[in-house]
Amino acid sequence: MTLQDAETVVLEPETPRPLKASIGPSDRIFRGLSRGGGIVVLAIMSLVGVFLATRALDALRQAGFSFVTTETWEPDGGHFGIAAVLTGTLLVGTVAIIVAVPLALGTALYISEYASPWLKRTLISIVDLMAAVPSVVYGLWGVFFLQAHAASVSRWISTYFGWIPPFHVDADPRDPLTSPSVYTSSTLIAGLVVALMVMPITCSVMREAFSQAPVGEREGAYALGATRWGMIRMVVLPFGRGGIIGGTMLGLGRALGETIAVFMILSLIFEIQPHILQSGGSTISALIALRHGEASEFGMSALMAAGLALFLVTLVVNFVASSMITRSRSGAASEV
Amino acid sequence: MTDTLAGPAKAHETTPPAAAVQEVRRDIGTFHQSDLLAILGAGAASLSATTLVFHHLAPFSGKVGFVIMAFLAFLAFYALLVSLEENGPAVRARLAAAIIHGLAFLVLLALAYMIGFTLVRGIQALRHLNFFTQDLRNAGPLEPLTVGGITHAVVGTLEMITIALAITIPLGLICAIFLSEIPGAFSRFVRTVVEAMTALPSIVAGLFIYATFILILGFELSGLAAALAISVMMLPIIIRAADVVLRLVPGSLREASQALGSGQWRTVWHVVLPTARSGLTTAVILGTARGIGETSPVLLTAGYTANMNVNPLKGPMVSLPLATFELVKSPQPTMIARGFGTAAVLLLLVLILFVVARIIGGRPPGSLSRRQEHRRVLASYRDLERFDRRSGVETASAPSLFVLDDRPQATPPRSGDHRSTLLRRRSR
Repeated sequence: MTLQDAETVVLEPETPRPLKASIGPSDRIFRGLSRGGGIVVLAIMSLVGVFLATRALDALRQAGFSFVTTETWEPDGGHFGIAAVLTGTLLVGTVAIIVAVPLALGTALYISEYASPWLKRTLISIVDLMAAVPSVVYGLWGVFFLQAHAASVSRWISTYFGWIPPFHVDADPRDPLTSPSVYTSSTLIAGLVVALMVMPITCSVMREAFSQAPVGEREGAYALGATRWGMIRMVVLPFGRGGIIGGTMLGLGRALGETIAVFMILSLIFEIQPHILQSGGSTISALIALRHGEASEFGMSALMAAGLALFLVTLVVNFVASSMITRSRSGAASEV
Repeated sequence: MTDTLAGPAKAHETTPPAAAVQEVRRDIGTFHQSDLLAILGAGAASLSATTLVFHHLAPFSGKVGFVIMAFLAFLAFYALLVSLEENGPAVRARLAAAIIHGLAFLVLLALAYMIGFTLVRGIQALRHLNFFTQDLRNAGPLEPLTVGGITHAVVGTLEMITIALAITIPLGLICAIFLSEIPGAFSRFVRTVVEAMTALPSIVAGLFIYATFILILGFELSGLAAALAISVMMLPIIIRAADVVLRLVPGSLREASQALGSGQWRTVWHVVLPTARSGLTTAVILGTARGIGETSPVLLTAGYTANMNVNPLKGPMVSLPLATFELVKSPQPTMIARGFGTAAVLLLLVLILFVVARIIGGRPPGSLSRRQEHRRVLASYRDLERFDRRSGVETASAPSLFVLDDRPQATPPRSGDHRSTLLRRRSR
């Protein structure tokens, strides 16, 4: 009996247990629905990009290469290009980043290294709040408050550093009769306001990177006799380097696309204006805000082309930023 | 005290000096009196020196210049004072700390100044009650502030953001769930596209809706168009924030749920979403704050009107930020005052949303408030009762246990420790 049993066991070929789980109807509906949501979002997002590109094609075909070399913007006269507005956009972005990065770095270091736990939570909230303040409020502050105070600083800079090309102003700063309006509505003031707007995002990326600096290395630095600044310089900053660069790029991406505050402050001119202290400047977004209402169909296409150029620039900047940030994260700490 | 300390020292005069050394507790605090004195001294010196330079020595003027120079002078004096008793690295550390504190303070100051400036200049208009009850149709440029208000902008903002949320919350959350729960090549691709779209400048989102909805489909400038433009802008922001929150839900919770036999849908509905609820709410509220404050898409798509318009499908509609923008363009002081009033209302709205988001959110996924814990304890009791009933065990003792625990908050289980409640009850 037992022998027979054993034989049958040996004779039967071993089949692996089927591991395939059957998916119930509710799960199937769930998967279909959520995949559908993903497809809809993908469709909307690609529609924006594809639509921008196709509509812009009209203008780009007519303008050809001169689209990137022409300064004026008269699409109905067939003479238009983004040389001036793109330069202006980059200038505003550069000023904003130069001002925002030290502020963000200082604030991020303060929050992650110096503040007490209670203060840390409060400050994180405050920085997040800064990111939520509407841009039109920043614009108001820039126009009605900062403008008046920054003009005197602009004047001082142009008086003593006017020999450096970007700080040059086409008026004699020592002449007391020079109208102060030469120094208002300038790229510098727009850049300062945008700097405050992009500071929060830059700061929070940096802070996150700093807080991931490993405790072992920190304590090691202290044990070797480092001061707090020595520890920051040797441990926190090297570990947060990816976050610093990534946050800076992310801020730059935001700064380039900022519209309403810049539009309120700058007086738009369509020529390359490299003197950041002097009144007048231009950005692509302000151009769109100014000209969309009066644009003909072809003018709309030209504006689309400008919008596309802006989108491409911010896209590249953002992609570099996010790859930097992910790289810094994967290197610094293992995610659970 | 001195006697008792001196006593042993005298008694052991002949013993080696090591034993005689009286132990003094080492001060391990990081802040000493001399630090405070150095800060105060440097502050006083820098203020006096800067004042001297500004008023008597050099032809400088301006508040900004004064502050900058005073801070630089403070750094110099502080370094000098610290270097009297510390070595090089310590001086550098102190200087770095001073600079970092200064930068953080500057940021706080700028934010406080901005909010305060808007609110203070806005009070002029906010003082009049009609600002909240009328629209601007009768308010010509020269009318005093006792005429006209911004109800039309408030209504417009609320309608636009409601429509935008009705689109973005379902779509955004479903897409975020798709990204985090159904991984694969396709969802990676969607995530990449969504991340790319967060770079979309808001004015380009407005331009897109203007060109499609209005120019091609032939709709007029309306609240609906503005809401669509805001939706296009908000959608990637909400998806990304929600995706991050959902990915923070511990994988062990999902596995536990599936090990107990629930399918994917049940896992998402009963485990993932409740765990991430506070984070998801925060994501939506912060997205709302961004959407409410956005001007440029509305500028392109909503038109401008001074009249109340409650129909989002027809006719121009104005929102709070757009009203602010249009009002301060006027050279009339009353109009500018109205603009500041509008901005103050907008700012308060955003502040309220933000505080609400902080109250709801701000806790990591899975940790519960007291009330939620209470509810979970009660649910555990119900489950246990059900189990007992099913297995036919006599449940005569159950009521007394409920009485025993008439205030379950008093002994809440540690968060996430589902089992402990059951076990505790069993052991009783």
